[in-house]
Amino acid sequence: MTDSKYFTTTKKGEIFELKAELNSDKKEKKKEAVKKVIASMTVGKDVSALFPDVVNCMQTDNLELKKLVYLYLMNYAKSQPDMAIMAVNTFVKDCEDPNPLIRALAVRTMGCIRVDKITEYLCEPLRKCLKDEDPYVRKTAAVCVAKLHDINAQLVEDQGFLDTLKDLISDSNPMVVANAVAALSEIAESHPSSNLLDLNPQSINKLLTALNECTEWGQIFILDCLANYTPKDDREAQSICERVTPRLSHANSAVVLSAVKVLMKFMEMLSKDLDYYGTLLKKLAPPLVTLLSAEPELQYVALRNINLIVQKRPEILKHEMKVFFVKYNDPIYVKLEKLDIMIRLASQANIAQVLAELKEYATEVDVDFVRKAVRAIGRCAIKVEQSAERCVSTLLDLIQTKVNYVVQEAIVVIKDIFRKYPNKYESVIATLCENLDSLDEPEARAAMIWIVGEYAERIDNADELLESFLEGFHDESTQVQLQLLTAIVKLFLKKPTETQELVQQVLSLATQDSDNPDLRDRGYIYWRLLSTDPVAAKEVVLAEKPLISEETDLIEPTLLDELICYIGTLASVYHKPPSAFVEGGRGVVHKSLPPRTASNESTESPETAPAGPPSGEQPDVIPAQGDLLGDLLNLDLGPPVSGPPLATSSVQMGAVDLLGGGLDSLMGDEPEGIGGPNFVTPPAAAVPANLGAPMGSGLSDLFDLTSGVGTLSGSYVAPKAVWLPAMKAKGLEISGTFTRQVGSISMDLQLTNKALQVMTDFAIQFNRNSFGLAPAAPLQVHAPLSPNQTVEISLPLNTVGSVMKMEPLNNLQVAVKNNIDVFYFSTLYPLHILFVEDGKMERQMFLATWKDIPNENEAQFQIRDCPLNAEAASSRLQSSNIFTVAKRNVEGQDMLYQSLKLTNGIWVLAELRIQPGNPNFMLSLKCRAPEVSPHVCQAYETILKN
Amino acid sequence: MIGGLFIYNHKGEVLISRVYRDDIGRNAVDAFRVNVIHARQQVRSPVTNIARTSFFHVKRSNIWLAAVTKQNVNAAMVFEFLYKMCDVMAAYFGKISEENIKNNFVLIYELLDEILDFGYPQNSETGALKTFITQQGIKSQHEDKRRAIPDHQPGDWANWLAAGGHQVSSERALPGCAGECEPPHVPTGGKQSIAIDDCTFHQCVRLSKFDSERSISFIPPDGEFELMRYRTTKDIILPFRVIPLVREVGRTKLEVKVVIKSNFKPSLLAQKIEVRIPTPLNTSGVQVICMKGKAKYKASENAIVWKIKRMAGMKESQISAEIELLPTNDKKKWARPPISMNFEVPFAPSGLKVRYLKVFEPKLNYSDHDVIKWVRYIGRSGIYETRC
Repeated sequence: MTDSKYFTTTKKGEIFELKAELNSDKKEKKKEAVKKVIASMTVGKDVSALFPDVVNCMQTDNLELKKLVYLYLMNYAKSQPDMAIMAVNTFVKDCEDPNPLIRALAVRTMGCIRVDKITEYLCEPLRKCLKDEDPYVRKTAAVCVAKLHDINAQLVEDQGFLDTLKDLISDSNPMVVANAVAALSEIAESHPSSNLLDLNPQSINKLLTALNECTEWGQIFILDCLANYTPKDDREAQSICERVTPRLSHANSAVVLSAVKVLMKFMEMLSKDLDYYGTLLKKLAPPLVTLLSAEPELQYVALRNINLIVQKRPEILKHEMKVFFVKYNDPIYVKLEKLDIMIRLASQANIAQVLAELKEYATEVDVDFVRKAVRAIGRCAIKVEQSAERCVSTLLDLIQTKVNYVVQEAIVVIKDIFRKYPNKYESVIATLCENLDSLDEPEARAAMIWIVGEYAERIDNADELLESFLEGFHDESTQVQLQLLTAIVKLFLKKPTETQELVQQVLSLATQDSDNPDLRDRGYIYWRLLSTDPVAAKEVVLAEKPLISEETDLIEPTLLDELICYIGTLASVYHKPPSAFVEGGRGVVHKSLPPRTASNESTESPETAPAGPPSGEQPDVIPAQGDLLGDLLNLDLGPPVSGPPLATSSVQMGAVDLLGGGLDSLMGDEPEGIGGPNFVTPPAAAVPANLGAPMGSGLSDLFDLTSGVGTLSGSYVAPKAVWLPAMKAKGLEISGTFTRQVGSISMDLQLTNKALQVMTDFAIQFNRNSFGLAPAAPLQVHAPLSPNQTVEISLPLNTVGSVMKMEPLNNLQVAVKNNIDVFYFSTLYPLHILFVEDGKMERQMFLATWKDIPNENEAQFQIRDCPLNAEAASSRLQSSNIFTVAKRNVEGQDMLYQSLKLTNGIWVLAELRIQPGNPNFMLSLKCRAPEVSPHVCQAYETILKN
Repeated sequence: MIGGLFIYNHKGEVLISRVYRDDIGRNAVDAFRVNVIHARQQVRSPVTNIARTSFFHVKRSNIWLAAVTKQNVNAAMVFEFLYKMCDVMAAYFGKISEENIKNNFVLIYELLDEILDFGYPQNSETGALKTFITQQGIKSQHEDKRRAIPDHQPGDWANWLAAGGHQVSSERALPGCAGECEPPHVPTGGKQSIAIDDCTFHQCVRLSKFDSERSISFIPPDGEFELMRYRTTKDIILPFRVIPLVREVGRTKLEVKVVIKSNFKPSLLAQKIEVRIPTPLNTSGVQVICMKGKAKYKASENAIVWKIKRMAGMKESQISAEIELLPTNDKKKWARPPISMNFEVPFAPSGLKVRYLKVFEPKLNYSDHDVIKWVRYIGRSGIYETRC
């Protein structure tokens, strides 16, 4: 007899029959019946009606039957809280059972019954079990504290369970220690400020001892916890490293990766002159390579992590190129990741081998993989000069295959090779031109046009080639249009006599017939340049281009350091900080690498220490602002303050920690300089809660932190986008986003200097716009921005500037000045930054206004693929100041009536229709100024989907 | 931590669903089905993020196992746990199939309750679990009786060190009973020592002791287990050489000749030799001639499979095949997958040897001499491929 028979009964009187069987006297029959009930439960049938009958079976000394009943209870207790109380007595009794298995089972199951009413009955048994003589019971009870904390955190604190849990770290049984550590770590994550996991050399020693004895999973919990510790000096760091290193030989890959995390982090504190430092580096390579013989899914996790490790410390794996070669049967996700790492490891020493491999890959079947392989060949050429020639000839061979996507990818990379090595490989242009007709992807077309324009003087029929593109000008993508415009202007400047007509044609196409502002602007600039001063035009358009960088897709150093602290976790797989994919307060604490304590750090070369130059050289930089203030906020200090906007550089120096004590060590460790006037203000002060007060980016970080917890309102913030690419602004790259926090709007900017000279004297101005947005304070960049440096600035905005209706409505034109030049760009701001906090309308008022606004002002929209239910949607919208005035349920549909107010006093009323199970929402908007409706709808979409 | 665990059949129907955390709703089950199992495109990653919920999945035959979470969990741990879960299930009821899972669903729920508490993995050694688990595994009637080789896919070269011969006792691992093996770096029997690049150990091994003393000391769990796994890239004597010759005769014919040479002592015998020669997708017919063993064209696998039961060292054998092709318009070239090979040889091609095995059992009072010890060396091919 097998259990599958339970799946087959679907008769009508089933529940009735089961009831009879459950109440049978025979134990076997009862057991059979409970199994049937559980089978029905699994396939989704409602068997909650049997609750009393199943609970009746609970009082038995048969462990098997007991377990079955408990399984049922866990599933239904939540929907039948009153009934669940019936089971409490048995649980309490079972917690006293002489059999430790039954005691543990009872306390484990009670924790899984997530009903508030039960928790108070749970306390006493739990207290006993935490002190039980049997380690199996204690380790189960330790986890139960975490369960209880999840239901009722206050209760756990009041009952003193946290202290008992802390005591368990010194337990004699390693499994108990491991579970206590796991539970404490998770609880500590939701209280970043608490000193819950009070790690000190003594407790660390206990953990390290338990590490040798416990199960593989326990080792992972302990290592992950150790990684949060900051040793007091390099000696302590080294001694911990020595005791963690043997874990690198564990068969469980997760143990290995967690050990690698601890070592990578603590290594930061070791001086590079130490012999031990070199030994440690050597010890890291073999286990990382071994991870590649694990199952494919783990290989994927390992490769994503190796990608980070190779960026942080390239020396570890520089001799291990061969193991990253792709195997025929590797799943595609493993292949793509390996290819990434191959490019990073390519060097003069191994380039021949790498090229031979890449050529092989370029003939495979998977299109993405082939494209990436072709691109990799181009990257090799740029990275290793000696190989450039071979790479180019390989690419030419690939172009001869005439496989469409291979050809296009090859042309895109050849363009980059031309940029890197001007006047060297132009002989291949003829071959490229042969393939002109087969190019159908914008990127490849743009690349080809760039090549023709750049080398117009050497291509006899350049004018014909470019003219052929001009015929379908309006069907091309913007990228191609812009490139074509520039290329023809270049051609004209090189061969003015025969191309006058062509240039006229393209200028009029760009300026008169196009809707695209970028294209129009560029067209006008060229036109005026050419008509006023052709010599200047030549200097501008044919100027020498800055060199392109050798490495691409490098992760920004601050983020990289943070991700190193998350080795092995999802964050390291996504290459994103946890705050980007974790909801709520958990995991939003930023982690960073510990500061180096050794004194001789000035000998470091910049390649090996991408985390930034030593602190002494950057007196104006304020480290880890957000984290410090985060601590302050949790202390609830409150009078408002206004200070100058603070600039936080991406250079990371300070130690953060969720474990407390970081503030002191930070203040103590840092030389003067950082303690300047900017730094002194925060402790006495706090958060500017009033509108228009200037805010530093540190402070807005802080709001991100708290908005997750839900104490302060903060609307959705889009990730930063590049607004001004470096190539358009002589090396200055600006990316940014808009935020609204407690009534203040700000523009969070990130300025990166990609040029070779230092930038100073920054200023910013806005053009008149639809809602009068204007900077509320001048743009202050405290230090000169040296090459390759990035600063983050939060610019407070107000809405009292001059108003002019823009097209589109939310268009904002910005001018940024520095010592080099003035640059212009335009960007679209999300409308929800303008939704004010007092946008909730009275019910009666809402009804009256809704009727009052004429029907032709109503606009209907559909929001597709939104996985939220009405409640979640409403609360999410509320945090962005869209308020639910009333809620109704009509024929199974949830109707939300909502209101919002814009900064200029325009009210928008909304009706949001949500059908359970249907991810498409219907949105009707009514407003006296109907032109805002589409933008409001867009705001809805952004908020709901993020 | 892990918020929930689901098992689906190939159609995406839920066979097992266990939720550990409140933040994982019922809709998570559907989200995975719609976005991964029923996704139009082939899965591009074993980790999927759908609406801020992360799904980790592994597949065993046509069964999907998915772990779900909303936190920043240790991803490596989740996958290790999923594999472990598969191992434990396999130990209880054999192959992981829809039928077996349905037959054992009560057992699986019991296991999930025991080895995953509030999403934290707990002790999951099959031997240790016997104490806690009440249900018996039910194996399907037409289950293949042979115990398959552990499902690991070793990297380049795998040698299983059968540290066996020493029967511990059928009960749980006895505390205080320990074994000790010879460290791989020590010179072996007159021959030079061998260099290994890296090795990993089963969790029963005292890693700190190995780190300081270079001897492998362990308390063995019940049953068979993999004590050590090592990797070596230098001085390996490859037991077989594969020499392929592929000639395209016109557009509709392919001639393939493959020679295999055994490269070890003539007195030793290799066993279970299987050579797999891939054929193009548009193959219409194949004629094979081989000197030794049996060869067959398997259309469903797009390959010629050549099996030889035994082969002594320093011998060679060959196969030739004529492959007829259907004319196609497909411009894409045939990707020419590598020729792969499987075999077993009665020695460790890496040269690794176990020098001694000592047993300590103070409590039960039997000494090292009372134990019958033996070591058998088997070199088994992992992925053994030749590009052609």
